[in-house]
Amino acid sequence: MMWSWIPSNGAQIWQYTQDHILLGVLSPLIGLAISLPLGIAAARWRWFYPPVLTIVNVLYAIPALALFVALIPSLGLSDTNVIVALTLYSLCIIVPNVVAGLRAVPEPVRQAATAMGYGALRRLVFVELPLAVPVIIGGLRVAMVSSISLASIAQLIGVYSLGYFFIDGEQRAFPTEIYVALVLIIALALACDLVLVGVRRALTPWVARS
Amino acid sequence: MSFFSYAWDWVTQSANWHGPGSIPPQILAHLGYSGLPLLIAAVIGIPAGAVIGHTGRFSVVVVNTANAWRAIPTLGLLVLLVVTLGFSPLTWLLPLVVLAIPPILVNTYEGVAGVDPGIRDAAKGAGMTPWQQVTRVEVPIALPLILVGLRTAAIFVVATATIAAYIGLGGLGRFIVDGLDQYQFGPVAGGALLVIMLAVLVLAFFALLSRLVVPVALRKQGRPE
Repeated sequence: MMWSWIPSNGAQIWQYTQDHILLGVLSPLIGLAISLPLGIAAARWRWFYPPVLTIVNVLYAIPALALFVALIPSLGLSDTNVIVALTLYSLCIIVPNVVAGLRAVPEPVRQAATAMGYGALRRLVFVELPLAVPVIIGGLRVAMVSSISLASIAQLIGVYSLGYFFIDGEQRAFPTEIYVALVLIIALALACDLVLVGVRRALTPWVARS
Repeated sequence: MSFFSYAWDWVTQSANWHGPGSIPPQILAHLGYSGLPLLIAAVIGIPAGAVIGHTGRFSVVVVNTANAWRAIPTLGLLVLLVVTLGFSPLTWLLPLVVLAIPPILVNTYEGVAGVDPGIRDAAKGAGMTPWQQVTRVEVPIALPLILVGLRTAAIFVVATATIAAYIGLGGLGRFIVDGLDQYQFGPVAGGALLVIMLAVLVLAFFALLSRLVVPVALRKQGRPE
C-alpha cells in the first residue's frame, strides 16, 4: 500500500467516483421509476404478472458482461449502454417487490379505505403504496448495492468508473489503486444503503423500530 | 447489424468448433469453473444455514449481512488476488466459493427458521432427535428456498467465471475478453450469446430440479432474491 498515491491522484479518483455514481446510483433510481407502474399493473391485473416474472427471471440470470456486450450494437461503448443494462437488472429486483408489497396490503385496510370514500387511485397513492414502502425500498436497496458493485465491470468494455483502477492496477501490478477502488465502491454502496434505510424510516414513521 | 447476427455468424463458423480453445472445450471449462465453486459453497452453506436456522444462534448476524456480499465488486477482488498472490487455482476459486456461500446460507437459514413452529413441535413430540428434525423435516420443508439460494449462487458463479477470463481463467469469457482486446466483435458477441444461453440453461435446470425434488404442496413461484 502506497499512501502517497491517494493525494497525488485525488482529481482522477474524484472524477471516476462521479462516473461511478452516475452509472451505479442513477440506474436503480430509473429502475424504481419504471418498476412502480409496472408493478402496480402486475398487482392489479393478475394475468400480467406471470409473463413479467418470467422475463425478469431470465433477464436477471444474464451475466453483466454479456448484457453490456449484447447492447453494444445498438448503444455503443457508452454510459447509456451501462445505465440501460443496470436499470434492467434493477427492474428484475424491484418489480417483484412492488407486487409483493402491494399484495401484502391487508384486505380489511383496503375495504376501510373504500368505506371512507377513497377511489381506486387515491387509495393506491395514499394507502396501498405507503404500506408497501418497506418492501419496495427493500428491493431498491438490493438493486442499489448490486448496481454500484456491477458498474465496475463496465470498465471491461471501456466505460469509465472506479473499475478503471482495477484494470490499471492489474496492468501495472500496483495493488494500491485496487485497494482504493475496492474500499470506495464498498463505502459508496454502504452509504447509499444507509440513506435508503433513512428514507424508509422517514416515509413509514408508524413502523416500530427494531 | 444486430447483436444476434454478429453472434450467430461467429457461432456458426465451423472453425470455431474445432481444436483447443474452441467453443466445446470452453463450454466444458465454464461448466467446471462454475460447478466446482457452487458445489463447495453448497457443502458449506446448506449445513451452516440449517444449523443456524434450527438453533437460532447467529441469526442476527445472518439477517443483517444477507445482502452485504453484493456490495463486493468481484472484478476488484479477482485482480487484487492476482496482483498480490499471482494466478493460481486459489485466485479464482476462493472468491467464487466465498461469494457463493451467502445466498445459499441465507436462503437455507430463512427456509429452516421459517418452518411452522407447530410442525417443529410435532417432530420433537414424535421423538425425533435434533439431527432427524433438521434432516427429515426442516430441510425438506425449506427445500424451495434452498433451491432459490442455489439458483442465485449459480447465476452469480456463471457471471463471475465469465469476468474471471480477464485474469486469465478459461471458459466462455475468454472469447469476450480476447475479442475486446483485439477489436474483433465476432467472438465478443458470440461469447456473450453462449454465456447468455448457458445462464438460461442454468435457470431451466433449476426450474426442472424444483419440479422433481420439491413436494407439490410446497411449490410456489420463485423470484430473484
